[in-house]
Amino acid sequence: MSNAEKHWEKTRALLFVTLAIWFVFSIGIFLFGAEMNEVTGPFGYPWTYWFTCQGSLGIFVILIFWFANRQEKIDEEFGFNERGDD
Amino acid sequence: MIKGKFIDNLPKVYGIYTGGFIGFIILMAIGEQMGMTAKAIGIAFVAFTIFIYALIGYLSRTAQADAYYVAGRQVPTVFNGMATAADWMSGASFVAMAGGIYFKGYGYMALLVGWTGGYILVATLLAPYLRKFGCYTVPDFIGTRYGGNLARLLAVIVLTVASFTYVTAQINATGTIASVALDIDFKYAVYVGLVSILLCSMLGGMRAVTWTQVAQYIVLIIAYLLPIFWISNKMGAGFFPHFMLADEVARIGELEQQFGFVKNSAADLATVPKGLAGITKAHSAVNATPWAFISLALAMMMGTASLPHVMMRYFTTPSVKAARKSVGWSLFFIFLLYSSAPMLATLSKLSLIDPSLSTGIIGKSFAEVQSIDWFQNWNQANLMFISDFNGNGTLELNEFFMGGKAVVLATPEIAGLPYVISGLVAAGGMAAAMSTADGLILAIANAISHDVYYKMIDPKAETAKRLLVARALLVIIGFAGATIAALEIQGILGSVIWAFDFAMSGLFFPLVLGVWWKRANRQGAIAGMALGLASSIWYLVWVRTGGSGFLGITQLTFGIFGAAVSFVSMVVVSLMTQEPDKATQKMVDEVRIPSGRTVTGK
Repeated sequence: MSNAEKHWEKTRALLFVTLAIWFVFSIGIFLFGAEMNEVTGPFGYPWTYWFTCQGSLGIFVILIFWFANRQEKIDEEFGFNERGDD
Repeated sequence: MIKGKFIDNLPKVYGIYTGGFIGFIILMAIGEQMGMTAKAIGIAFVAFTIFIYALIGYLSRTAQADAYYVAGRQVPTVFNGMATAADWMSGASFVAMAGGIYFKGYGYMALLVGWTGGYILVATLLAPYLRKFGCYTVPDFIGTRYGGNLARLLAVIVLTVASFTYVTAQINATGTIASVALDIDFKYAVYVGLVSILLCSMLGGMRAVTWTQVAQYIVLIIAYLLPIFWISNKMGAGFFPHFMLADEVARIGELEQQFGFVKNSAADLATVPKGLAGITKAHSAVNATPWAFISLALAMMMGTASLPHVMMRYFTTPSVKAARKSVGWSLFFIFLLYSSAPMLATLSKLSLIDPSLSTGIIGKSFAEVQSIDWFQNWNQANLMFISDFNGNGTLELNEFFMGGKAVVLATPEIAGLPYVISGLVAAGGMAAAMSTADGLILAIANAISHDVYYKMIDPKAETAKRLLVARALLVIIGFAGATIAALEIQGILGSVIWAFDFAMSGLFFPLVLGVWWKRANRQGAIAGMALGLASSIWYLVWVRTGGSGFLGITQLTFGIFGAAVSFVSMVVVSLMTQEPDKATQKMVDEVRIPSGRTVTGK
């Protein structure tokens, strides 16, 4: 397998992990919205309410930065990193 | 004071700008104490901020194609994040979203999840790859990846349908604010809004829009957060509302139980002016089925990853790596406003309905409510209405109606804040709607000037001529948008949601599969775009004309149907026809590697 193919395989694996986390917090937990809202969560808000207005949103922000760092590591590993920017 | 290149001095420039803006707010507050009228403050806020944006637009004028289309590809990560946040947060986010949550509660909070979660798709599936591709516009990617004018043209059509639907809503929002703040008729106010929008983008294209959007973000975030913190503190709800409103949310639930949601008769509702609504759904209780919530969130997420005016912001970063990080910063800046919207809805609702607060109006007599200043103002603007349906002389929850736009704009007044805050909020709403309208009009004009005019009609055109065409289109599209906005066909939130549905129906899979599926070919992409868009339009018309719909897909989520049709037809047609040639496959390989020159060689 060529260098580029290996790079793409790792990139794709990272994509699947990222999208799995995304799926859980954008769709998965809301399947149980009514049940989850019965329980008190962070800062005293009901869990579903908190996830909808703060939790999921915050997790998305962190997830993108985590993803970007991981992808940069993968790019470096295969020598595809860019120089001289940011 | 400032030496060297503008790009190197950005933090300083915008630091001074922010300080100046805060100084202006203080100046207005002093003016109010000294007897400046509410109307004068409103005009000063809106006029001063528009003047600043126009000045930035003028200073960023350019005659170079690279600067006009992609801001020279040198916008730093964090600033591109701010610009994207302003580009993204429109009149719908600023003016209408808290209103949607105010009226419909939990069901509409799906928009919060949908309009943020979509950025994961942007960051992972598209933005870095489109940046590596090095195109000027989104149809440019489709046209080069799949080849042929038909694919390019279809992409331009989908882009135009989605962005145009979106932009009419933004011009509507600028018109509403201009008509309230400047006290002129809505029909003329939309053109005032339009002229201010064009002032920012005409001379400098993407470069001008980028630097005005950063300035607009700063205004809109201050204007959104300041009143929330102020009201929360004034009410004694907590000094940091985001972490301290649990009791208030619970209190609204109690009051809802106490008042009950009385259903008004159709005859009574017929007397309520068009566009106004009452509170009919629980604030924090889960009142939607999981699918209703999830389908709306899903449609908005896929729509996010298909909207060209957002995607093209990531063409302006210096590198692929920067494009990825920039998506993170964009979402961070968006998060600041979105996590505050439900707090604003909570505070606003409680100020109005809690009889134990001095601002509460439910339970008061009609004569008393009618004598309140702010009620008279907003009633006159046709954005508030009360009617004694049961004839008992006191105002009930089901007898109070408000326009969706009024929730954000009127809350400072309702909560008894000084008028300077209302002026600030008007300026913020104007900034939000203008920045998005600029991005959208530019996306359409660039696609038509670059992809249709330059790539199809006159490939030999000189830069000066291309940019002239681009600017002429900007004006034409703007005026067409304003004319349609003046007709007020659909509310702000409704039109924006439609735009997401159109975009995802036609563009999501052709874009994503263009990067992630090498086998995708021209025939497949053409089928995907054409059938996706056509089926979504058909579904919308069908549901709007009394059709029942299926699978619970409504007129807000019809994009899910369109995208499904687009996906199936794209895959089936691609597999039935020949695989793309070697050159195209090599191009896809190159897109997947971040380092090196862009695919288009620029």
